Amino acid sequence: MAYVVPKESYNGKVLGVSFGKDSQTLNFGGENTLPFLSFEGEIPAKPVIAFEIQDIPPDDWPETLKAQYAAVSSDPVKWAMHCQNELKAQAIALRLIGTHPDRENRSAQDAAKTVKDVLAAINVPLIILGSNNVEKDASVLVAAAEAASGHNCIIGKAQEGNYKTIVAAALAHNHKLIAMSELDINLAKQLNILITQMGFNKENLITDPMCSALGYGLEYTYSVMERIRLAALMQNDATMQPPIAGDVGMYVWKIKEVSALEAEVPLWGKLEERGVAWEAVTASAMLIAGTNLLIMRHPKAIETVQKVIGELI
Amino acid sequence: MALSGVEIFKLLPKTNCKKCGFPTCLAFAMKLAQAGVELEKCPDVSEEAKRVLGEASAPPIRTFALGIGEKAVKMGGETVLFRHDKKFFNPCALALNLKDTLSDDEIAKLASEVSGSEMERVGQKLRVDAVSIEYASNDSRRYEAVVKLVAEKAPFTAIILVCKDAAAAETAVKAVASRKPLLYGAASDNADAMAAIAKAHKIPLGVCAEGLEALSSLTEKIKSLGVDDMVLDSGAKTAKEIIENNTQIRRSALKKNFKPLGYPIINFVLRADPAVESAIASVAIAKYSSIVVISSIEKWKNLALFTLRQNIYTDPQVPMQVEQKIYKVGEPAPESPLLITTNFSLTYFIVSGEVENSKVPTWLAVMDCEGLSVLTAWAAGKFTAAKISQFIKESGVEGQIGHKELIIPGQVAILSGALEDKLEGWKITVGPREANSIPTFLKQRK
Ligand code: SF4
Repeated sequence: MAYVVPKESYNGKVLGVSFGKDSQTLNFGGENTLPFLSFEGEIPAKPVIAFEIQDIPPDDWPETLKAQYAAVSSDPVKWAMHCQNELKAQAIALRLIGTHPDRENRSAQDAAKTVKDVLAAINVPLIILGSNNVEKDASVLVAAAEAASGHNCIIGKAQEGNYKTIVAAALAHNHKLIAMSELDINLAKQLNILITQMGFNKENLITDPMCSALGYGLEYTYSVMERIRLAALMQNDATMQPPIAGDVGMYVWKIKEVSALEAEVPLWGKLEERGVAWEAVTASAMLIAGTNLLIMRHPKAIETVQKVIGELI
Repeated sequence: MALSGVEIFKLLPKTNCKKCGFPTCLAFAMKLAQAGVELEKCPDVSEEAKRVLGEASAPPIRTFALGIGEKAVKMGGETVLFRHDKKFFNPCALALNLKDTLSDDEIAKLASEVSGSEMERVGQKLRVDAVSIEYASNDSRRYEAVVKLVAEKAPFTAIILVCKDAAAAETAVKAVASRKPLLYGAASDNADAMAAIAKAHKIPLGVCAEGLEALSSLTEKIKSLGVDDMVLDSGAKTAKEIIENNTQIRRSALKKNFKPLGYPIINFVLRADPAVESAIASVAIAKYSSIVVISSIEKWKNLALFTLRQNIYTDPQVPMQVEQKIYKVGEPAPESPLLITTNFSLTYFIVSGEVENSKVPTWLAVMDCEGLSVLTAWAAGKFTAAKISQFIKESGVEGQIGHKELIIPGQVAILSGALEDKLEGWKITVGPREANSIPTFLKQRK
């Protein structure tokens, strides 16, 4: 029996998105095959990893992670420059967590200022994330989009409860947009439809079907992403063709496995390595499922996943 | 690929003797095609027909075990490419690779570590399943001694003999034949000798070749030599090769019923950096590998890989459930709030995650609703006032906490009146409808 390479032919392709300015523009997405199957299609761009930074000191991060940025995390500008210059970040994701009513409840104007300051200090592309508070993000992200006008950023996340103002702001200031729904392919599809019905170009859209950490629902995210990819490629479903974002760091760095001391759980081994592995394994699984844009926290985890990407493309 | 009734008919004696209980051979063939009757019912069927029909009805990926006994790992038998289509059945084995050039002390230590690697996670016992012993000494007596030492120190662990030298392999196989080691393996230059050893000792044979074309001709050859249980190594080393080759193997087997690649896969993901190795192993675990060979088994790495394997091999049709009990989030004190939710794992993960975000130490009562989410469980009559009050009373939580206030999910606000009737002396508070409002809700209470 002669071996014949079992190739699939796909009707659709993943849309390519670029963000950032001038020579620093980054592209991701654009493939017309399932993740990393270059024997049957084109994969024009590598997945991108953005380093997450925050507008206020990351008091709620586990010690092993906080220590990585101890010298710079009191100031988002220093933190951004450290990631760009010392850690060679390809992109930075600024999370405006300080605007959350339960944190410092910073104003939209404060957030806009932080965005401007960070943009002035770096030249790698910027992702601007709200605090995931639906009501607050509706005003914060509008101010942030305006402050970043002309910088071709990614802003997010637009959710069902607040997408209208955020989409309008992204449209007015020419940004790319992350649309987030909660672990359900139909919700993801519906939100993308609502957003494009507002006149937002689907080629500027990124789908975030909601990430989950290894051991904490990862399999749901994994399968929703696989199904989104299959819908985009096999069924040529245009609403499912935007590239996928995986906001890995914020889900990983709050669970027990990345903060419990070895003395408390000797069977789990070294804490520092465990945290790095947890983020790297979660991110690798997301890549295999179809993620094009990763948002991560620990430098060593990012370095590890970059090596995986190097092997994959 | 299943044969049609007419194809089967052509293989039958065509005498219409009725001994099978059917009026004609054709009627019997039609029933066989629907798998409604056993071939054995026809006493006159030829050996050739048995062989062809047997092969056609065999599962597309051959199923057999790595190792023996309770801790043997079942491999193969998969039926889908994507876990959401049905499920992945047989979780891959993790194997620690060690060279026979290490000192006896090191080998004994590593083998014991493998043997003691078991830990429990969400009700399952997980472990490093095998030791892969690499013939690097070029000294067959040394190899035999090391294989025996590993077998002794890891008495229930599966053994993989990584040895391409037929003479050394034969001695080693004999030493641990009762453990049914996997012999790895056969390549184009030693296939006959290796097949003879595997056949004589009835053990599975690892087959390696560069690329899938060479690999398929090699497995066909080895099958013709009488070996049925094989494990495939396509020579994939990089993450890309692992995804591409493993995908092609699984597709060939499932979509084309291509028998030469209808076997479980072994991937060697050895890397110097254990974090990188964890990540590359993840690729193999997610993408169809049945045996993932790694070069180190730090506890943190085991935990991460065990967890990923468990996640990927979870049955997507059966909602994952967490145990019914009163969970502590943070270090709750007697006066800390008590929340209740259902035991659908996703509900639990999201609710407990948001409670963690709030930084408010909390008692979280998780009630068995057969893995349904709050609203579905309520609609199905499993999350009712009567059942909730019974659970609260029987849980013993009253002895743990210093108040009598229960916070219920906003989606079942309707239950609060009935619950206050049933749980005498309790105050029922309606919490937020959506989990992401939990942090605000909990903080405002303080
Ligand atoms: S027993 Fe066999 S030969 Fe006789 S009728 Fe049935 S199928 Fe035909």
